[in-house]
Amino acid sequence: MAMNSTGRPTAPTGDVPCAEDLKTFSGSRGLMQQEPLLHEVGAPEKCGVDLPDVPEHTARLGGLERDETIGLPGFSEPEAMRHYVRLSQRNYAIDLGLYPLGSCTMKHNPRLNEKLARLPGFADVHPLQPQSTVQGALGLMAELSDWLVAITGMDAVALSPKAGAHGEWCGMMCIRAAIEERGELQTRRRVLVPQSAHGTNPATAAACGFEIDELPADDTGRVDMEILRAKIGPDVAAIMLTNPNTGGLFERDIREIADLVHEAGGYFYCDGANLNAIMGKTRVRDLGVDAMHINLHKTFSTPHGGGGPGAGPVVLSKRLSNYAPLPYLVRDGDGWALIEEAAQSDAKPFGRLSVFHGQMGMFVRALAYMMSHGADGLRQVSEDAVLNANYLLARLSEEMSPAFDGVCMHEALFDDAFLKDTGVTTLDFAKAMIDEGYHPMTMYFPLIVHGAMLIEPTETESKESLDRFADSLLLLAKMAKSGDTTRFTAAPTLAPLRRLDETRAARTPILRWKATDA
Amino acid sequence: MRYLPLNENDRAAMLARIGVSSIDDLFADIPAKARLDGLIEGLPTHASEMAVERHFTDLSRQSLSAGDAPFFCGGGAYRHHVPASVDHLIQRSEFLTAYTPYQPEIAQGTLQTLFEFQTQVAQLTGMDVANASLYDGSTATAEAVHMAARITRRRKCVLAPGLHPHYAQTVQTAVQGETMDMHVMTPAMGADADVMGALDDQTACIVVQNPNVFGELVDLEPLAKAAHAVGTLLIAVTTEVVSLGLVKSPGEMGADIVAAEGQSIGNGLSFGGPYVGLLACRDDRKFIRQAPGRFAGETVDEAGKRGYVLTLSTREQHIRREKATSNICTNSGLCTLAFSIHLALLGEVGLRKLAALNHARACQLADRLDALDGVEVLNQSFFNEFAVRVSGNASQIIEDMAKAGVLGGIPAARLFGAGYFDDVLMIAVTETNRDEDFDALVVALREAL
Repeated sequence: MAMNSTGRPTAPTGDVPCAEDLKTFSGSRGLMQQEPLLHEVGAPEKCGVDLPDVPEHTARLGGLERDETIGLPGFSEPEAMRHYVRLSQRNYAIDLGLYPLGSCTMKHNPRLNEKLARLPGFADVHPLQPQSTVQGALGLMAELSDWLVAITGMDAVALSPKAGAHGEWCGMMCIRAAIEERGELQTRRRVLVPQSAHGTNPATAAACGFEIDELPADDTGRVDMEILRAKIGPDVAAIMLTNPNTGGLFERDIREIADLVHEAGGYFYCDGANLNAIMGKTRVRDLGVDAMHINLHKTFSTPHGGGGPGAGPVVLSKRLSNYAPLPYLVRDGDGWALIEEAAQSDAKPFGRLSVFHGQMGMFVRALAYMMSHGADGLRQVSEDAVLNANYLLARLSEEMSPAFDGVCMHEALFDDAFLKDTGVTTLDFAKAMIDEGYHPMTMYFPLIVHGAMLIEPTETESKESLDRFADSLLLLAKMAKSGDTTRFTAAPTLAPLRRLDETRAARTPILRWKATDA
Repeated sequence: MRYLPLNENDRAAMLARIGVSSIDDLFADIPAKARLDGLIEGLPTHASEMAVERHFTDLSRQSLSAGDAPFFCGGGAYRHHVPASVDHLIQRSEFLTAYTPYQPEIAQGTLQTLFEFQTQVAQLTGMDVANASLYDGSTATAEAVHMAARITRRRKCVLAPGLHPHYAQTVQTAVQGETMDMHVMTPAMGADADVMGALDDQTACIVVQNPNVFGELVDLEPLAKAAHAVGTLLIAVTTEVVSLGLVKSPGEMGADIVAAEGQSIGNGLSFGGPYVGLLACRDDRKFIRQAPGRFAGETVDEAGKRGYVLTLSTREQHIRREKATSNICTNSGLCTLAFSIHLALLGEVGLRKLAALNHARACQLADRLDALDGVEVLNQSFFNEFAVRVSGNASQIIEDMAKAGVLGGIPAARLFGAGYFDDVLMIAVTETNRDEDFDALVVALREAL
């Protein structure tokens, strides 16, 4: 037997059960630690924060003291570290591997940006401090605005929307305000939304009080121009168009679409979710857009954080900039001032989106990202994002079925035709990717393609990474076609959990922990 | 470029594999007239990490940060001490760089922490259930109003005189797309019970803040009773959730929906965002089905092991599209995690002590200020923020104090607009204020008066 210098064997001896069979006593499996709920391991009397003693005082709570037990569990600091580090290890993340979620732009998050967002002049200033004491923070907002305006060529930017959907709503409310001022709010009721749009688009238009009219796609995956021409009319308030669209395709007729809408007296709202494909290659202004939100958490790399926070500034054309919401930034001598009240404003702000000025923490990160890349780097970002997507499209097309012919922009869309008669669905295929160590692509979206698989690699993947990913997917596709269905229908088997029962979760909702009687 | 892994050899090989001769062939669908041939005008080229850091550090220094001054601002955002372990944990790659947990098998970290967060929020507010968070307190309030209108099928909404005016404006803006009948009561101290006078059987909801924007504590119980008697819902708003460690919860006082700003636990000031909106309600099918945003729910996997998923998504935009309960897609992911970790570090004992400390320190400062000539504390009750009347223009006094390096609070006119409460100052106190800060405020205020 081979021994090392301390006399221990360097190779296993005898038979060991294989990983799937080994049942452990603790429930943990090696580095994969079992971790109960906070409320099962924490205790109300435990505390991980040292506070000074409460000084003598006469309470002025108006007789509203809280007497009942709250039941909040506590941890000492070491217990807290363990609980959350263990839980973190049950998450997939960009820093672990390729995260090809289409339309989500899961790119690398530079750590410089995290450091800068924590500088005290941004992180430790109050939104209602005297404006004379926050000129650095206001200056940063002004610089961010300049960059967004330069990249898009638009006339103004509203910074306060807190996420993409909030930005959509802001842009559509500007359009609504413009229509109202023209006295046409009662007659311009319809908003045209392609079937391929994100669900937020119709939900936003509905929240603004408009009626939604769906536009089908043509055979090439783009807006069907004949149907659009038929639907355009004096009752159209706006079109909401994602470009590149959710099929990863540039809407070739975009200028004609803009002209048609404008000639009919309507406005062109562009969903900017996919801006990562076109930065420095075209300006949104030159496409005829009136309003577009920009997801700082996609294109400009502010971390997704497990579902937020995001930020969704909106760029506006000249005919809409007057309606931008409060508060907004203006030049004030050598410095900057926030206009916070309608009474101070010489414009016609449609209202206020939230209590303060927007997602400052995201502004810092996004501006740091832009300055790091510069005009040359931003253009390279879009070129590499599109190159990476087309490379995957070319390689994966050997075994998988592209939804449309030709090249794509920053994301490649496949349908489930290659799985026909295999007994494997898009969902099964996605779950098998988990066993291969990958996060699945966006599934079953856009709705215009059967069993859609939308793959967006982003520019921060190396060629080697793309090749490894493509190799795995091609082998999986071959395996599905060869009839090895169990590998798919049983997947994932190597993740912390097997497939979860979502029907049960929805039918009998358990939305919180509750103490059970001992 | 340090963030871009491809080199020229890679690019050439990849273009060849795709079967095109140049990168611009991939952009051929952009109309010729709209193509940008050179670089974007007016922008610099790429910059090193060192250069970017230098620029931002310079910008940061142009602001007076709260940690560098005696600091007393509140008005919906509060400066509490956040333990270092919170920031460390939320920066773990697996939390920071994960997407929305759409693939639950490899997102249990996010999902379990959301489930724990929902439980903590429900306990803190005294409600049955809570969602996985909204953008902030003000947008949560607007969503709560929509929700109440859908539940009651009524259109009238009454905003109490103690509601933060920027919350009121957010709600008024949010309902522009529909036919709501908004009653916004004139801001006044000690007047929140007046909402009862505006109640009728057409009223969907009354929106009452506690502590209110003046810092006063409001007994919600009689308001809840009056509202329920005519089938109206009480929406309770809280902008300082640390108060819930000391003050009777909205749930205990009969609130139907709670909308709150969670910033003051786990999250810094950050000039107003990102923050974390809390939304909690009764465990009633009708309420939950009409609630906005995400919910994490418990279930089991195929092997019977407990796990968590996003659930009840048939309310949401990606399924329901134009018929969704809200257009919201994101939650405040990482801010909810910071909230949850900080609250877990505090636990019940720590939260109660923190709240008591805040209140005690505020009482001490209120007594000191009330003893000054030209200063009068207006509140009968408060938690950690109170209004004072000063002999002079409060906005000017705040500016003068800032010149002396003291961030002495918020002039009420900043919230209500010039012409209202011009001589009123809002002052907030937390555990971060030392005796030296109190001394500095007293000196600066005396000089500014």
